[in-house]
Amino acid sequence: MKLLSTKATCNSHGQDSSYFLGWQEYEKNPYDEVQNPKGIIQMGLAENQLSFDLLESWLAKNPDVAGFKRDGKSIFRELALFQDYHGLPSFKKALVDFMAEIRGNKVTFDPNHIVLTAGATSANETLMFCLAEQGEAFLLPTPYYPGFDRDLKWRTGVEIVPIQCTSTNNFQITESALQQAYEEAKNKNLKVKGVLVTNPSNPLGTTMSKSELNLLIDFIKDNKDMHLISDEIYSGTVFTSPSFISVMEILKERNDFKDFDADISERVHVVYSLSKDLGLPGFRVGAIYSENDMVVAAATKMSSFGLVSSQTQYLLSSMLGDKKFTKNYIFENQKRLKKRQKMLVNGLQKAGISCLETNNAGLFCWVDMRHLLNSNTFEAEMELWKKILFDVRLNISPGASCHCTEPGWFRVCFANMSEDTLNLAMKRLKDFVANSINGEGCSNNKKKTRSTQASRSFTKKSISNWVFRLSSRDHREQEER
Amino acid sequence: MSLGSESYQLLSKIATNDQHGENSPYFDGWKAYEKNPFHPRKNPQGVIQMGLAENQLCFDLIEEWIKNNPKASICTPEGVCKFRDIANFQDYHGLPEFTSAMAKFMSKVRGGRVRFDPNRILMSGGATGANELIMFCLADPGDAFLVPTPYYPGFVRDLCWRTKVQLIPVHCDSSNNFKITREALEVAYKKAQENNINVKGLIITNPSNPLGTTLDKETLKSLITFINEKTIHLVCDEIYAATVFTSPSYVSVSEVVQEMKCNLDLIHVIYSLSKDLGFPGFRVGIVYSYNDQVVNCGRKMSSFGLVSSQTQYMLASMLSDEKFVDKFLLESSRRLLKRHDKFTKGLEEVEISRFPSNAGLFCWMNLKKLLKEETIEEELKLWHVIINEVKLNVSPGSSFNCSEVGWFRVCFANIDDETVEIALQRIRAFVGKETKKKIEVKRWQPNLSLSFTSTRFDENVLSPHNHIIISPHSPLVRAT
Repeated sequence: MKLLSTKATCNSHGQDSSYFLGWQEYEKNPYDEVQNPKGIIQMGLAENQLSFDLLESWLAKNPDVAGFKRDGKSIFRELALFQDYHGLPSFKKALVDFMAEIRGNKVTFDPNHIVLTAGATSANETLMFCLAEQGEAFLLPTPYYPGFDRDLKWRTGVEIVPIQCTSTNNFQITESALQQAYEEAKNKNLKVKGVLVTNPSNPLGTTMSKSELNLLIDFIKDNKDMHLISDEIYSGTVFTSPSFISVMEILKERNDFKDFDADISERVHVVYSLSKDLGLPGFRVGAIYSENDMVVAAATKMSSFGLVSSQTQYLLSSMLGDKKFTKNYIFENQKRLKKRQKMLVNGLQKAGISCLETNNAGLFCWVDMRHLLNSNTFEAEMELWKKILFDVRLNISPGASCHCTEPGWFRVCFANMSEDTLNLAMKRLKDFVANSINGEGCSNNKKKTRSTQASRSFTKKSISNWVFRLSSRDHREQEER
Repeated sequence: MSLGSESYQLLSKIATNDQHGENSPYFDGWKAYEKNPFHPRKNPQGVIQMGLAENQLCFDLIEEWIKNNPKASICTPEGVCKFRDIANFQDYHGLPEFTSAMAKFMSKVRGGRVRFDPNRILMSGGATGANELIMFCLADPGDAFLVPTPYYPGFVRDLCWRTKVQLIPVHCDSSNNFKITREALEVAYKKAQENNINVKGLIITNPSNPLGTTLDKETLKSLITFINEKTIHLVCDEIYAATVFTSPSYVSVSEVVQEMKCNLDLIHVIYSLSKDLGFPGFRVGIVYSYNDQVVNCGRKMSSFGLVSSQTQYMLASMLSDEKFVDKFLLESSRRLLKRHDKFTKGLEEVEISRFPSNAGLFCWMNLKKLLKEETIEEELKLWHVIINEVKLNVSPGSSFNCSEVGWFRVCFANIDDETVEIALQRIRAFVGKETKKKIEVKRWQPNLSLSFTSTRFDENVLSPHNHIIISPHSPLVRAT
């Protein structure tokens, strides 16, 4: 008899993918300005480290919160005992107000419709448990966050069917792609329970257009048991136009114009988190927002498996309840993100690399390295990724790990390191590309097709050339200048 | 709003079935409390909450420590230099100082007789999350776990709801002090086999909720032998480990496996700080497994319920303060014993028997003599009387799947001394009234089947009805 469960012994946690392997390599040899200047620079982690000083200065001005005090009285006992899965009312109020502010107050949220969860990881899994049976499917536009394979599928048994998006229109969702995905699911005998999108998108770093959002709503409108989940965890990271439009805004619009089926609002759900916008992934603050009372009721009960620590709820209820602070934070944070993104884009340009021109949000750029591939294949992408990881020593995320249909795209993060480190990373990349142009055995021709066999042996040879070249002493010295 | 059968297609079966257990009639007590909560000044006629197994006896010690250790918080001026590192830390291995402090603490709670490896510690969303996680790792939908009765009602949600694992009760009763016998295990196991149910393991709670007792070494050894023979898992929920307040001293499964031949791949411990330290709000659940594959897989699953890094950091500091921990464990034990003795003495005074206990935050009371008939219906009737007339929220044994009727779990560590006194007064009044109702009224009744660990009879006990002057409609004595 099998000792462990099937879930324990399969690998649908997805953590054997390259996305996580890159992390492992980084951990073995992490860059440090002083201790390990030749180490791997982490550019695969979508963290927001740009605005901690703003949080720290708020803390300095609000000592009571730190000491578990309210109006001078200790509330430690109260907090230590508070395990009500309805959440701290003051925190939920502060959270929904913050969410509204991020959306320019064009929509408001009812705190009674929010469910707190241990991070967006838990929120997404919980929604799957609530909305779909094992074996049913959700449609997701590609490329998508690699962690979805674990969060949406692993313990729930739900399937993901990709909506193939391409660079021809900057990876926007088209009606035909949506229909194609739906047909694919049907052919596989998978009942589709809905669509899940990330808006702003990870890994694209773009916000969805009004027409895309309307397309999605129209799609689920006609299929009465379908849901639309909008993962809006990057909503506060929009740093340039076009401004962020939440699915909730579209619903409100349609309601205002009476172009509305009353029940649609019951089938649209939003996921939020403070991990990206506030840069607090360690605090595990996630949320599900839904107008559907039954979803809220079920998800609330399920949140027992991953409640937010009461001390964290308390701290954040105070912080987010300070409207002066949140207004300034949102504004300043976006300003810094914009500046940092520009640095990355310029650095990439100097290396002759471009990224998605519509990038206006997120903590990363969706970078086009198709011209650096030996062939228009995922094998070539993997080779390039390994070179960049082991030789250039940058951990970036290959498009294949995000289920991108086109090889050659990479997600590169910019908000989780200092400016100096970013500059160094760009320099390393520039040198790498310069050498590749001068080097032998590298083809810039992305249109050439080769048989798999030939391309493998070819690239094998070119790898050893690169490795030899990049590990030579001369090259190292050049890099350090 | 779309309701009815349409909604059921819209949501999953899990979302719409009752397996979360919250529609159970046993929540009536909570609802009564919530509608009318007791407060010594604002609502002295309200329902006293005695259905919540919380440990509120030692907050003063913790508060003092927090005051003296501002560096433990990442928000104070002394600690804010760590803010960004901690706020950013989401590694599912946990803060090394946290797992290391937890390992040391768990060892201390077991008298230093076992050592725990911090690398085997997995975080989860409270014991609730931990129990669910271990099921996801060990069992497939449809598989079963054996569980001795009576057991914590929340197990149905935690172990079964989303995992689709089933529970098979192993019947224990008072005829042999609720011992988990080899016989009872075999009966349950055989029954499962006959029904083609795949048993993946046995889950025990030690110290027991609701019994409040610890397992003796012999029993633990026999359980370990049993699971090894069947090659099934043993999950030991040890969340009450530090609530042991009197002898016999605590023996954990980790100790016993050191002394006997056992396939360690089958042994897993569930822990939490909700009961021992009184921190249910902080959501600190731990899965400790001796099985490498479970650790590996469970660690990835812990992503769904990591402990807030702010909390990890604070607890790492607190639990590695060995002087404080030693003092706390001693004092907590002492206060629990004191509270237990106060409450059980009160019960004795009205001849309510209870299961002798040495741990836990509650008392397992026997009210069989107050039942008209020994049926679950009568138990529930009595229970409603206790909630609505005596105004105490207690938990009926049937909610714990107890095979015998008449048992009730009463919590005593979540209220202050004053409230305990009021509760006892209400109980005295009620029992007096009930006893008067019986056809044969005896002034003095001998104690029932169970023996007490400490039997001190006050003079007053000899005439239990002396100070009960109540009208049937106001069983309350005013609170100061």
